[in-house]
Amino acid sequence: MERHFEHDLEELKERLLWMAGLAERSVHQAVQAVFQKDEALATRVLEEEKAINEMQIEIDDRVMQLVALQQPMAVDLRFILSASRINNDLERIGDQAVNIAQSALRILRHPQVKPYVDLPRMSELAEGMVRDSLNALVHRDAELAKSVLVRDDEVDHLRDQIFRELLTYMMENSAVVFPAFELVLVTKNLERIGDHATNIAEDVIYMVAGRDVRHLAADRR
Amino acid sequence: MATVPISIKPGDIAQGSSAAQLPVKIAAHDLNFYYGKFRAIKNVNVEIRQNSVTAFIGPSGCGKSTLLRIFNRMYDLYPGQRAEGEVILDGENILTSKNIGQLRAKVGMVFQKLTPFPMSIYENIAFGIRLYEKLRRPEMSERVQLALTRAGLWDEVKDKLHQSGLGLSGGQQQRLCIARALAVNPEVLLLDEPCSALDPISTAKIEELLFELKKTWTIVIVTHNMQQAARVSDFTAFLLDGHLIEYQATGTLFTTPSDPRTEAYITGRFG
Repeated sequence: MERHFEHDLEELKERLLWMAGLAERSVHQAVQAVFQKDEALATRVLEEEKAINEMQIEIDDRVMQLVALQQPMAVDLRFILSASRINNDLERIGDQAVNIAQSALRILRHPQVKPYVDLPRMSELAEGMVRDSLNALVHRDAELAKSVLVRDDEVDHLRDQIFRELLTYMMENSAVVFPAFELVLVTKNLERIGDHATNIAEDVIYMVAGRDVRHLAADRR
Repeated sequence: MATVPISIKPGDIAQGSSAAQLPVKIAAHDLNFYYGKFRAIKNVNVEIRQNSVTAFIGPSGCGKSTLLRIFNRMYDLYPGQRAEGEVILDGENILTSKNIGQLRAKVGMVFQKLTPFPMSIYENIAFGIRLYEKLRRPEMSERVQLALTRAGLWDEVKDKLHQSGLGLSGGQQQRLCIARALAVNPEVLLLDEPCSALDPISTAKIEELLFELKKTWTIVIVTHNMQQAARVSDFTAFLLDGHLIEYQATGTLFTTPSDPRTEAYITGRFG
């Protein structure tokens, strides 16, 4: 007999994954809008933010109901608390996607500063982190979650590299300062997305293994 | 052997990290218990810490009440029931102790069923004291007041001490039983489902009382209500089929149990 509570937990997970899908798509569309100077795509990201925000409220409400009415324990409690935190991270990922889309709309009025090489690598990496942190959630896979934590260092490394390069362009030619500065913001937003994916991965490890790995050095995770 | 973990993680601070430093009050070693040929407790090793609340949880028939009743040899009242192993209370093996009366005074017990005597509130308390001590009236009155105060009942009954104890509400009756147990100056208080016949408000009063009582006494409680165990206890032991499956700081057991059977039970997936 499947209990009502199990059904509610499953629904919460499905809603969380649905929201994750929305957030992931927003990030992908926003960076593509930058690379392809696609105004329509950027505008779509701005429009879709509303759906993500609504999902955040709905998931919070489900979490509140489950805690109040079911008094969950142990793995169920850890899942529900993790879902609540992941919900916030996904909403913030959606916000970062909106920031990138807004930058995209401003950048497309200017000639391209330089060929995009590291930035697509960085966005692929950050998107992969988001995707894998959620796959880890679906499959309760702590190892996959750990692999996300490691990749955050690569994202930070790429951010530093892109910053240095953009700074060089700006020093050489003040005409590119405006679009280059927007690219600095996009880079920063991507780095933040990596951070949120890291948070999600940490929550998955807590949920699966009951270990809190936040703020621990890499070798102790 | 299941013992209380010595190192307590930061997550346990809320629920009894200081309790882990407390001395052991009762230690059961290789404890077995038989109802005739049926073995109800199987090789249990457990240490109960002084000045803390320890909860026994588990499905019906798991042996949690049986284990509790061994601690004051309640089973002596029934033929065919016997315990093997040892239960050390303050250095003495209570299973071989000769002075049962003294043991029961030292280890008080309160039951699920409300058991006030059919006599006045005052006499309910004084009756037990007279079994152990001869006191003059003023001293007796003082002791009765002290016991009722400790059980959080004094203010509610001080004007009707000579009315029948059976006229009190369920929650008051249960606190009267706790007062009666405390009146003979025990060191350990055993509570077997003390709130299962009570409404939520009376239950909350008893639970609050436990936080006060553990400052002076060592408390062991059997409860079917897992939320109650989580709320009031510092340590929780999970029993299943006569075995002690897991024994942890309560904050750990209810968030990150280490045995899958504990996990299944507390999340309601069996039992």
